[in-house]
Amino acid sequence: MLENAYLIPFYPLLAFVVIIFFTRWKEKLSSYIAISMVLLAFVHSVFVMAAMLGRHGEPLEKIVTFISQPSLTLELGMYIDALTAVMLLVVTIVASCVQIYSLGYMHGDPRFSRYFSYLSLFTFSMLGLVIANNFFMIFIFWELVGLTSYLLIGFWFEKKSASDAGKKAFITTRIGDLGFIVGILILAAYAGTLNYQQVFEKVSSGALAPGIVTLAGIFIFCGAVGKSAQFPLHVWLPDAMEGPTPVSALIHAATMVAAGVYLVARAMTLFVGSAEAAMVVAVIGLITSLLAASIALTQNDIKRVLAYSTVSQLGYMIMALGLYGVDSAHGHHSPGYVAGTFHLMTHAFFKALLFLGAGSVIHAVHTNDIQDMGGLSKKMKITTITFFIASLSISGIFPLSGFWSKDEIVATTVGHPIFMIFTLAIAFMTAFYMFRLCFLTFTGKPRVQEKFDHAHESPKTMTYPLMFLAFLAIFAGWVGLPWLPHGFSSFVYHEEVHHAEPNYLLMLVSTIVALSGIGLSYLMYYKKSISADAIAEKIKPLYNLSYHKFYFDEIYNAVIIQPLLGLTNVLWWFDANVVDGFVNFIGWLTVKWADLKQWFDQYIVDGAVNGAGYFCMGASWLFRYLQSGSVQFYALTIIAAAIGLVIYRVTPLGFYYYLAGLLIMALSRVLARIFNNNRVKANSNVEG
Amino acid sequence: MIMLQYLALAAILFAIGVFGVLTRRNAVGILMSLELMFNAANINFVTFNKFIAPGGLTGQIFAAFVIVIAAAEAVVGLAIVLLLYRNWKGINVDRINIMKW
Repeated sequence: MLENAYLIPFYPLLAFVVIIFFTRWKEKLSSYIAISMVLLAFVHSVFVMAAMLGRHGEPLEKIVTFISQPSLTLELGMYIDALTAVMLLVVTIVASCVQIYSLGYMHGDPRFSRYFSYLSLFTFSMLGLVIANNFFMIFIFWELVGLTSYLLIGFWFEKKSASDAGKKAFITTRIGDLGFIVGILILAAYAGTLNYQQVFEKVSSGALAPGIVTLAGIFIFCGAVGKSAQFPLHVWLPDAMEGPTPVSALIHAATMVAAGVYLVARAMTLFVGSAEAAMVVAVIGLITSLLAASIALTQNDIKRVLAYSTVSQLGYMIMALGLYGVDSAHGHHSPGYVAGTFHLMTHAFFKALLFLGAGSVIHAVHTNDIQDMGGLSKKMKITTITFFIASLSISGIFPLSGFWSKDEIVATTVGHPIFMIFTLAIAFMTAFYMFRLCFLTFTGKPRVQEKFDHAHESPKTMTYPLMFLAFLAIFAGWVGLPWLPHGFSSFVYHEEVHHAEPNYLLMLVSTIVALSGIGLSYLMYYKKSISADAIAEKIKPLYNLSYHKFYFDEIYNAVIIQPLLGLTNVLWWFDANVVDGFVNFIGWLTVKWADLKQWFDQYIVDGAVNGAGYFCMGASWLFRYLQSGSVQFYALTIIAAAIGLVIYRVTPLGFYYYLAGLLIMALSRVLARIFNNNRVKANSNVEG
Repeated sequence: MIMLQYLALAAILFAIGVFGVLTRRNAVGILMSLELMFNAANINFVTFNKFIAPGGLTGQIFAAFVIVIAAAEAVVGLAIVLLLYRNWKGINVDRINIMKW
C-alpha cells in the first residue's frame, strides 16, 4: 500500500472526471461517487500511515523522469515521509467529513453535482501537493488548489460579492505565487535540480551560497504567505468566506491554507540554512497572528471571526516553524518544527469542526451575523456541544488537542522573550474571541426571535461529521503527549529527533492565559457584568482599528488598486486612441486597397475575360451562318473544297478564279437570305 | 476494253452520286445516291486490281468489304431517317437543321 501511495490523489480525480463527464445529471449518484472515492483515499492513507509507523518514518521516494535536460531535470514522483503521511491523513479525514456534511448542507443546490466534482478536484490537488517530491510538482498542484479555491469561493457566482471574493483570492494568492516561482527558478538556476532531497543536500553541504539560500527561502516563503494568508496578503481569506461553509472548512481552514505551512515545513532545510530567511518567516508569522487575532475580537460575522482566527493560527504555525529555523541555524534545539506541524494537524480538525458548526448554525438561522443569533443551544444541542469542544480546543484548554500543540508553540518561543509575550497575548485573545463567539451565538436570550423560532438542529449527515471531528478535536492531540516515548515528536521531525521534556510551568502559564481569556468573555458576554459597549467606547480608536480590520482593504484600495485603475485608464485611453487608431487606419488602408483591387478586378481582369467573349461573339456574327445545320451544305463544302484542291493541283491560277467564283456564289446566297428573311421565317412557321 | 473506260464509268457514277447527295431533298434519296458513290469506288477498286495488279485479289476483297460496310452504313442511315420521320413527320432534309449554331 505504501509503494503505490501515489494512487491516493487519483481516487478523487477519478470521481471528478466521472462526475463532470458522466453522472453530472444524477445528483445523488455524483455525491456518492465523490464520497466513496474520498473515503477510499482515506482508507489508503490509513494504510500508508500504518506502513510509515512500521518503518519509523523512514522516507520513501519514487521518481519518474519527466523532462531530462543537462541543465535541469524535471521529475514526477512521490516523496513520503512522516509529515506527508500525517498530511495525507488530515486531508482525507477532513475532506471525507466535509463531503458527507455537504450532503446535508448543499441539499437542493442547483449545482449540487458540480460542487462535489470541485471538491473532488480540490482533494486531488491537495493530495498531489502533499505527495509531490519536488518543487516543480508542488507548484503545479499549488496552482491547482488555487484554481479550485477560486471555483469554490465563487461557487454562488450569482452573488457579486462571491464572484468578487473569488477573484480577490485568486489574484492575491497569485502575487505570492509569483514569489514562489521566482524562488523555484532561483533553485533551478543555482542548485540545478528541483528535487527536495537533492536541493536540501546542496543546502546542507554548503554547495549553495548563503545569499542564494536566503533569497530562495524568502521567495519560496512568498508562496506560503499568499496561500496561507499571511500578512500582508491575508486580505483574501476573510472574503473567501463567501463560498459555501463546508468549502471554508475544507479549503480555507483545514487544508489548502495549511499548504503554506506545509511548504515551509517541507523546505525547512532552506530556512535552517539561512537564519535571516527564518527570521523573516517568524516575524511575518507573529505579525500575522497578532493582527488577525486583534481583528477577530470585534468582528460580527461568525465566519469572518473564524477566518481571522484561521489566519491567526496559521501565523502561529508559521512563527513556530520560523523560530525553529532561527534556533537550528544557531545550533540550538527547538521544538518549533514539531510544534508547527503538530498544530497544523490539530488545527485542521478543530477549525474544520468550528466551520462546520458555524455552517450548521447558518443553515439553521440563515444569517452570518452573531448579533442576530443567541440562545441557540436550546435548539441545536449537538452543534452547541461540538462547537464548545472545538472552542475549548483552539483556546488551549487541558487536555484537548489544541492544548498540546499550542503548548509546544509556546515552548518554541522560550529564548525569544518578545515572541513569547506576543504569543501569550494571542492565546489570550484567541480564547476571548472564540468564547465571545460561543456566548453570543449559543447562550443568552435570542436577539432576533423570528430567526430563533425557525432554527432547528441540522440533519444527521451534518451532525455526524461534527461529532466525529469533535472526537478528533479532543483526542487527536494525544498522539503528541509530551510523556509519550514515541509520540508525534519522534515521528515527524526535521533531521533529528528533539525530545522536549514537558515544561509544566509553561503549561500552567498558557492554561491560565487561556482561562483568563475565557473568563473575561464570560463576564462580558454571558454574565454581562462588564459592558462590552462601554469598553469599546473607552478605547474607541483601537476598537475602530480592529473593527475595520486595520483598514487594510482601504489602504490597498488607495495605494494599489486606485493607482492601478488610474494607470489602466491611461492605458485604456492609449489603447482606444493610439493603438485602435493605428489598427483602424490599417483597416481603412486595407479597405481602400481592396477597393482598388476590386476596380482592377472588375475592369481589367473581368474586362479581359469579357473582352475575349465579346471578341468571339463579334468575330462569329458572320461566320456562324456557316453552321447552317444543313448536312447537304456541309457536303457541298467538302466537295467544293475537294474540287478546289484538284484545280489547285492542276493550275494554281485557276484555283483563285475558282475561289472567287465560290465567294461570289456564297455572297449572293447570303444576300438572298437577308432579303428573303421574312419569307424564310414565314415558311418555318407554317411548317413548324 | 481499256482501263480508262472503266474509270470514266466510275467517275460518271460518282458524279451522279455527288449530285444526288447535294440536290436531293428526300433523305432516302440521299442514301441511295450514297450507294451510287460507294459503287463507283467499288468499280475503281476492281478496275485497278485487274489492270495494275492482275492475279491479286486485293481490290475484289476491298470491294466486298465496301459492300458490307455500305450495307451497315445504310442500316444506320435508315434508322436515323426513321427517327427523323417520327419527330418531324417528314424526311425532307431542308427542314432538318437542328445542328445549327
